[in-house]
Amino acid sequence: MYAQMVKSTGTGVKSLDEMEPEERAFQEKVDADIRIEARDWMPEGYRKTLIRQIGQHAHSEIVGQLPEGNWITRAPTLERKMILLAKVQDEAGHGLYLYSAAETLGVTRDEMTEMLLSGKMKYSSIFNYPTLTWADIGAVGWLVDGAAIMNQVPLQRTSYGPYSRAMIRICKEESFHQRQGYDIMMKMAKGSEAQKRMAQDALNRFWYPSLMMFGPSDANSVHSEQSMAWKIKINSNDELRRKFVDQTVPQAEYLGLTVPDDTLAWNEEKGGYDFAEPDWDEFFDVLKGAGPANHDRLEARKTAWDDGAWVRDGLTAHAEKKRTAKVAAE
Amino acid sequence: MSKEWPLYEIFIRGQHGLSHRHVGSLHAPDAETAIKNARDVYTRRNEGVSIWVVEAAAITATAPGDKGPIFEPSESKIYRHPTFYDIPDEIGHM
Repeated sequence: MYAQMVKSTGTGVKSLDEMEPEERAFQEKVDADIRIEARDWMPEGYRKTLIRQIGQHAHSEIVGQLPEGNWITRAPTLERKMILLAKVQDEAGHGLYLYSAAETLGVTRDEMTEMLLSGKMKYSSIFNYPTLTWADIGAVGWLVDGAAIMNQVPLQRTSYGPYSRAMIRICKEESFHQRQGYDIMMKMAKGSEAQKRMAQDALNRFWYPSLMMFGPSDANSVHSEQSMAWKIKINSNDELRRKFVDQTVPQAEYLGLTVPDDTLAWNEEKGGYDFAEPDWDEFFDVLKGAGPANHDRLEARKTAWDDGAWVRDGLTAHAEKKRTAKVAAE
Repeated sequence: MSKEWPLYEIFIRGQHGLSHRHVGSLHAPDAETAIKNARDVYTRRNEGVSIWVVEAAAITATAPGDKGPIFEPSESKIYRHPTFYDIPDEIGHM
């Protein structure tokens, strides 16, 4: 889940009777699972909320390349290096699919980049944690991509056509990401004592930040109701978090690793695990910019954008020159 | 801010000889670069054998509001489908 705390601009959920005919026709389409397309009528709040949500998701894919890119030159084997390169390249593609989807709503790609760099738009809190060891690359694939899949699979059915199609493409590629991560974890967990310790340490550090990816608890999730009525959010934060824990704990057990939660216990009655909530104060601090790597991540994006400006401008100038020469020759 | 690169729509022909199909879009300074970028983004897993790129601004589309007058007339013309006609079983496959 790469979109957290997306502010919904709707003013409470209206009933069909309270809506003007245009909005009622729109909501009835959403209710009937008919996709909304770029040029269809849509409420302004729907458009704005989607730009925020898809934009945040796109930024997360791009910023998410940084913690992993950190290990490309230090991957332990050539094969691991090629795999990691392929994964990071996928993330760039995922960012592109999502930026394209957001652009259909009337915002340009450069505007979105500027909003990220000025802090007006956010990216997922998870990417503000550093990747300190090679085992972190395993943990990121296994837990972070695992949590992302949990959210992205239902979003394939979201009401906005371009967003839904982007999610379908992304989900097709995402499974490789999680499996390569778990593959790294298996290698480490079945390796030397030192490797096992690294794997456990990575799980310790990434467990709670991964749980935070689903956003605050439902009781504190103020914008959910409208987003759910619009079907741009399909499941509640707590529901997805529970699903993630139920799926992940047995995978940790298989690795012989311990989930860093003393209260974790199987609850026969509800058919799921009881588990501790993450530290929500930490979550809000990281969102506000006080996480361990916030500064570095934004600086890296700014540097890439500023230092790349002459390349973008040069290619534009070259394309214009060619176009002019072609017209002159005709 | 610099001038933004134009948007290109990308079409890929898959392995099995079917038509080019719209797969997404991307920004590029010109068509040649759009093809190179499309190769990197949309054919990383053997998805295609041919790429078309078209500047998005060059596409003319039907308006959502015209859906009724344009597409509804074909709904009532069920005789355009083979299942409209009852052919006796003894004729065999037709």
